[in-house]
Amino acid sequence: MTTITLAGSPIEVDAEGFLLDAQQWNAQIAEEIARENAIEQLTDRHWQVVNFMRDTYLETGSAPSIRSLGKTSGVPIKELYELFPKGPAKLAAKIGGIPKPRGCI
Amino acid sequence: MSDTTIEKVSIIISKGSLEGIYPGLIMANGARMEGIEANLFFTFFGLDAINKAKHEHVKVATVGNPGLHLATWAGGVPGISSLVTHQLAGEMEKLDIPPIPEFVEMIADSGAGLYACKASGDLFKLSRDDFIPQVKDTITVGEFYALAGGGQIIFT
Repeated sequence: MTTITLAGSPIEVDAEGFLLDAQQWNAQIAEEIARENAIEQLTDRHWQVVNFMRDTYLETGSAPSIRSLGKTSGVPIKELYELFPKGPAKLAAKIGGIPKPRGCI
Repeated sequence: MSDTTIEKVSIIISKGSLEGIYPGLIMANGARMEGIEANLFFTFFGLDAINKAKHEHVKVATVGNPGLHLATWAGGVPGISSLVTHQLAGEMEKLDIPPIPEFVEMIADSGAGLYACKASGDLFKLSRDDFIPQVKDTITVGEFYALAGGGQIIFT
């Protein structure tokens, strides 16, 4: 566990930079994490995925699989990878301030 | 965690049973999920995974499969392979693991390259039209090695 400064506030993150407390998150933090991960600007489509990941996690306690992300987020798999080339589920979770998804699918 | 990261994998799928195909697909999908570049090379009976006529009918091998812990004679009972496959498919759906045709399409959409083995295609008299449209090309072993350059090769 380390504490880093994001959007001017001290935030606790794990070794890979995922927020440890989803409640510390806000939109500015999301923008900053995105920039650090080579996404210069979060578009509406990025937000659609990030919000879906976050909402699903907060509701169910686990992040959706890439399959259900493709089926139910409203953003198809191909576009997910265009938006988040370094891994849609992983990156959207990081930007959305929730733990890294642990599923294999 | 290791200091060095894997940037690219090329995965060979050589078997045509359900349990022979899924591991390679899961490895490929998992690679893309981590942002790792991935290629899939289908050879021998592994071609069934991209064969339009067969990819929906891939079954668990119930004969000669000690992992199932079935009596040897029971493995050969007519219909047992379909039954075991059906049960497993139900369990997989619960875990959000897609059926093979959907899974292969998903992996192609994720940006992984799908390739058929030329020697196997010749052997089984399969051509471009027999494969799903997501297959990029039919390639030789040499071309596969060229594609795999700079990455890891995983044989399944």
